[in-house]
Amino acid sequence: MRDQIIIAAFLILGAAFALFGLSMSWLLSPTRPTHGKGITYESGVDPIGLPWIRFRPGYFIYAILYVVFDIETVFLYPWAVSLGAQGTGWFILIEMVLFVVILLGGLFYAWKEGSLKWH
Amino acid sequence: MAMWLKALLFALVGIVVMLVNGAFIIYMLRKVLGHAHLRLGPTELGPAGLAQLIPDILKLLTKEDRHPNQTDKWLYCLAPIIVFVPSLTAFAFIPYGEKLVAANPNLGLLMMIAFLSVVPIGIFAAGWASRNKYALIGAMRSVGGAISYEIPLLLAALAPVMLSGSANLSDIVHAQAGGIWYILPCLPSAVIFFLCAQMETNQTPFDMAEAEGELVAGFSTEYSAMRFGFMYLSEFAGNFTMAALIATLFLGGWTLPGVDPATMGVFGPVVLVLKTYLVIFCFMMVRGNFSRYRVDQYAALGWKKLIPITLGWTLLLAVILKVLQMVGLWGGWS
Repeated sequence: MRDQIIIAAFLILGAAFALFGLSMSWLLSPTRPTHGKGITYESGVDPIGLPWIRFRPGYFIYAILYVVFDIETVFLYPWAVSLGAQGTGWFILIEMVLFVVILLGGLFYAWKEGSLKWH
Repeated sequence: MAMWLKALLFALVGIVVMLVNGAFIIYMLRKVLGHAHLRLGPTELGPAGLAQLIPDILKLLTKEDRHPNQTDKWLYCLAPIIVFVPSLTAFAFIPYGEKLVAANPNLGLLMMIAFLSVVPIGIFAAGWASRNKYALIGAMRSVGGAISYEIPLLLAALAPVMLSGSANLSDIVHAQAGGIWYILPCLPSAVIFFLCAQMETNQTPFDMAEAEGELVAGFSTEYSAMRFGFMYLSEFAGNFTMAALIATLFLGGWTLPGVDPATMGVFGPVVLVLKTYLVIFCFMMVRGNFSRYRVDQYAALGWKKLIPITLGWTLLLAVILKVLQMVGLWGGWS
C-alpha cells in the first residue's frame, strides 16, 4: 500500500501544483487580446487551411511492431530477474533464445518486405 | 492518515527538487552550450550570470498567456498538465540513499519508465490541440520517436536487471555497491541506454518534436507564458530523471566503490546528484557537438540498428552469465 499512496500523492500534488502555477500566471499576467494574437502561427502569413486533414503518419507499421516488441520486452523482465536464481539450468536460456529468434525473424521479415521504410 | 501526510511531504520535496533542478539545468545548458559554441552564455547578473534565473522565472510568470482562437480548448489547457504530472511522478522512484527513496516497488525500474513514457501522450495532445501544422508534425514525430526508442531503452535496461537479479532500483544499487559498477561489464547497454535517453527526452541530435530549423518550435509553437513554462520544466525534469536513472543503473547510484553503503548517510544524495550532473553534462556535450538527424534516419537507427544490436547483446550477456553461473562465479541466489 505504501508505494501506491506515495505515487497517488505525487499525482495529486503534481496536478495541484500545475493548476497553481497556471493560475498564478493568470493572476499576474496582462490580457490584451488583439485579432493578430488569436491567429494560428504560420511563419507570419495567414494560415492556409486547417491541419486536421487526412495525412500519412509514416510509421503506422512501426506502431504495430512496437506493440509486439513492447510485449516481448515485458516478458523479458521476469526472465531477466530469475536468470541467476538457484536451480535454473540451461533450459531458461534456450527457451528465451528461441522466443527472441522468432521475434527477430519477424523483424527481419518486416524489414525485407519494406515495412521499415519511412514514407 | 499519517501515511498520507508523509506521502504528501514526499511529493512536496519532489516538486522542490524538480524546480531547483529545472532552474539549474537551464543555467547549465546555457553555459555549457555557450562554451561549446565559443560563446560565454549569461554573464551579467550575479556571479557568472547565476542570478539570470530569477528574471527568467518572473518573465515566464508575467507574460501574457496567448490563447489562439482555433485550438481545441480543453485539450489545449490540459496538455501541459498531462506532460507535467508524470514527469514529476518519475522523481518518486529514484533512490537517493539507504532510506531516502519515496516509492520503492519491486518493479521500480519498469514503473519509472512507464511514467516517463506517458509524457509523449501529453506532447501529442499539445500538438493536436494547437491546430497548427508545425505543432501537429512535431507531435507526430514525437510519438514516432517514442515508439522507436522505447524498446531499445527497455532492452538496454535489462542488463543491470540480469546482473543484479532484481528490477528494484535500490537492489540494483546495493548489488553494485558490493561488486563493480555495471557500466564496466555492460558498456554496450550503457551506451545504448544513453542514446535512447537522449531521444526520449527530445534532445538535439534527436529532437524531432521541436526541430527549430524545420518546425518553428514543434509541439509547443502555440504555447506561451506558464503553459510553455510547464512544458519546458517537464523537459528538464525528464533530463534529470533519465540521467539519474543512468547513474543508478550503470554508475552505482548513491554509493561509492570501496565505501560501506551503511556509512554513506547524507553523502548519498550528494554523490547521486554529482553523478547525475556528470551524465547531464555528457548529454549537453552531445547536444552541442552533433548535428540533427533526419527524421527517416532517426526511425531507421532505432529499428534497424539499435533493436537487433541490443537483443543480440542481451542474449550474449545471458549466455556469458549462465556459463559463469555454471562455474559458480555468479548468481545462485534463491
